[in-house]
Amino acid sequence: MSTTAEAIRYERGTSLWRDAWRRLARNRLAVAGAVILAFIIVACLLAPWISVYGYEEQDLVLGAAPPSAAHWLGTDTLGRDLLTRILYGGRISLMVGLTATSVALLIGVTWGAIAGYFGGRLDAMMMRIVDILYALPFMIFVVLLTVVFGRSILLLFLAIGAVEWLTMARIIRGQVQSLKCQEFVEAAVSLGLSRRAIIFRHIVPNAIGPLIVYTTLTIPAVMLLEAFISFLGLGVQPPMSSWGSLISDGVETMEEYPWLLIYPGITLSLTLFALNFLGDGLRDALDVRSSRD
Amino acid sequence: MARFIWQRLLQAIPVLFVVISATFFLVRFAPGGPFSQEKAVLPEIKRALEAQYHLDQPLLVQYGNYLGDLLHGDFGPSFKYPGRSVNELIASGFPATAELGLYALLVAVILGMAAGLMAALRPHTWRDYLPMSLAMTGICMPTLLLGPLLVLVFGIWLEWVPVSGWGDVAGDKILPSLTLGAAYAAYVARLTRGGMLEVLSQDYIRTARAKGLPERVVIFKHALRGGVIPVVSFLGPAFAGLLSGSFVVETVFQIPGLGRFFVQAAFNRDYTMILGTTTFLAVLIILFNLLSDVLAAWLNPRVRGTLGEKK
Repeated sequence: MSTTAEAIRYERGTSLWRDAWRRLARNRLAVAGAVILAFIIVACLLAPWISVYGYEEQDLVLGAAPPSAAHWLGTDTLGRDLLTRILYGGRISLMVGLTATSVALLIGVTWGAIAGYFGGRLDAMMMRIVDILYALPFMIFVVLLTVVFGRSILLLFLAIGAVEWLTMARIIRGQVQSLKCQEFVEAAVSLGLSRRAIIFRHIVPNAIGPLIVYTTLTIPAVMLLEAFISFLGLGVQPPMSSWGSLISDGVETMEEYPWLLIYPGITLSLTLFALNFLGDGLRDALDVRSSRD
Repeated sequence: MARFIWQRLLQAIPVLFVVISATFFLVRFAPGGPFSQEKAVLPEIKRALEAQYHLDQPLLVQYGNYLGDLLHGDFGPSFKYPGRSVNELIASGFPATAELGLYALLVAVILGMAAGLMAALRPHTWRDYLPMSLAMTGICMPTLLLGPLLVLVFGIWLEWVPVSGWGDVAGDKILPSLTLGAAYAAYVARLTRGGMLEVLSQDYIRTARAKGLPERVVIFKHALRGGVIPVVSFLGPAFAGLLSGSFVVETVFQIPGLGRFFVQAAFNRDYTMILGTTTFLAVLIILFNLLSDVLAAWLNPRVRGTLGEKK
């Protein structure tokens, strides 16, 4: 393994990363995004310690009350503390975001790497499939999958992940195509490594920059899809909540109790904002041309 | 060009076949059926119903029959709306969805291109930052939040526009169209800005300016034509997004469109209705993608020449 190829990669790698880090740190919007995101994630993780109320704890006498000292963001119609529900809902929303993105990452990277490395007819066929899938109304399939196979959260992860891998595959394919002609790959081939090892140990790690960027941009897309599905009443089922289902509940009573719509809405938008700014910042820092715009 | 269109249409046939087959077997292998949710349906009645709709035949026979009917443009009867065919239901829901999609697309293109142009002509000034931050907000604000918020502010608090319905009261089409179009306007703005910036830095623009053409002609006649190509290629996928995005908007604003039919059909296991709407939407999307590719090619002479050839 201690070939020159390894050494060259290492050296180029560090300088590239240090450069990227400096560029990122100078991008105020991206830094602000990272800080907000960190704050929201930590708050959601520490929910049981931050909030003095239980997640399903009802106070029917109180009912829906506007924000007060006891309930910072008010309570819903059953008297449940909204802040608590937002924090716990955030755990679901963020978890869906991360898990589904990992699924998308796994499928997309494998698909794109194989297509890019082998090229030729296999590549043409695989990318043709991606083109075709691109053209289809995916919401329909996600709705179908969730309706048809029951409303488990796990399934939601898989369904969303299975939908969001296409762009990932395209990006990785492009990277792999340009990387596979480089000397360190030739070296690995001449060392007699298996194709699997070459693709996943030597080529894919070199495409990590675009991968990170696109992952940061996929998470908000996935969270949006989850919110969408929960909004239609197909996702998370009560008494559990996600940001999507909280917004959906809030819509029903927004005339009388607008805070039930506004606070979950702010939380979701703020998170999406933060992720998008961070993703854009990373893209500029790592100088990746995304196929998105 | 004709050959290109022909090729693409031929390619669409296997795609449609796969979509229809996948949907057909997906809904059939799922637990539950169209008549299993009804309370107190006697087994005999259920059997009779299933016989009436040929659900008692082997799956492959049903599949074959369905494909055969489909070739004649017949989507079959609906299971949940007795006596009405899926064709009728689609025909009754489609106008609202199409109209909504069209208005949303107009909102997206007009607002988005205006904002993008404004930004591209004065990059890195407030005239760039303001529309672009608005665009970022548009992207980060999901329809499912924007819709209710617009209703709350303009419908309930300010009482400027009706809060729901479609074509019942004057002005009730404004909020749904804005809601659905907003996110796409944001994308269009970013694409226009990017495309225009790239074109404006090219030699032929310098030539046009050096000839002494007025700036208006340079921008709108020379630059815009190249600058909008990314926008045009985006329109195909955008249309697909608009159709599925309309599910939420139709739910929020209670619009009797295809999206609501589809969601209800999925809930009710209305097999033929699910298949019919999916097929119908897939056909529409394929056609629209083709249209946007053709349009983009027509705008870009370099692509135009290569279209008929095989890659």
